[in-house]
Amino acid sequence: MHTIPINYYLILSAIIFIIGVVGVLTRRNAIILFMSIEMMLNAVNLTFISFATYMGDTAGQIFVFFVMAVAAAEAAVGLAIVLALFRNKKTVYVDEVNILKW
Amino acid sequence: MNLEIITFFVLGALLIASGITVITYKNPVVSAIALVFHFFMLAGLYLNLHAEFLAVLQILVYAGAIMVLVIFVIMLLNLGDEEKFKEKFNYRKLIAIIFAFVLVLQFAIIYSTVAGSFPGSQNSVGSPGVIGADLFNNYLFPFEAISLLLLAAIIGSVILAKRKVD
Repeated sequence: MHTIPINYYLILSAIIFIIGVVGVLTRRNAIILFMSIEMMLNAVNLTFISFATYMGDTAGQIFVFFVMAVAAAEAAVGLAIVLALFRNKKTVYVDEVNILKW
Repeated sequence: MNLEIITFFVLGALLIASGITVITYKNPVVSAIALVFHFFMLAGLYLNLHAEFLAVLQILVYAGAIMVLVIFVIMLLNLGDEEKFKEKFNYRKLIAIIFAFVLVLQFAIIYSTVAGSFPGSQNSVGSPGVIGADLFNNYLFPFEAISLLLLAAIIGSVILAKRKVD
């Protein structure tokens, strides 16, 4: 039935996760930071689903369902924060926002 | 070479390419469109893994709802191209290099511990009926908690995005 080893899916997921980490670390735009975080969440979802199919268990897919709901909530609140930030500071670049810096 | 292997490698290559496009292009609109493409390719991989319900949900929720919201905000703020960080070599680049080594470590761990191929036929794992039955029998409380979380997110984003309280 399945001819691809699960290792391939896990490695693909690891690569996407690292791409997301590098995006968070190297970009300044807060919206692109959000997109990189979504990419990391999706990499973890891919791992969940490949293990769910591997084990023949539905639990992993249920968790992906919950992760999607949390990601939707996170995107809504995060983009509202970006809008409020742009209205107050006229920037979305994370290195120009340092009012919480000690 | 059967169809499953071909789809895995084509979708995987497109997935990595669109992911790199997201984090390298200066224009945020290009990044957002590449991310929509990324989510479609990921939905194809979910179909490859017999997770049909989640593949549809991926397109509806991520490519549909979340990315429309992101593109809407990008257009609303009317951002131009982004310049690089001012410092040439900062601690962020160092952390990124460290994570590249973590990736190599992950490959080693995956290859040394996880067993190879998938066991026999479990085709019904990802169908909407099976997921719905499991969700409403065993995971009813987290499901209700998620609805509360979404309600809190709605109220929070409305309060954050509206103008100063009168």
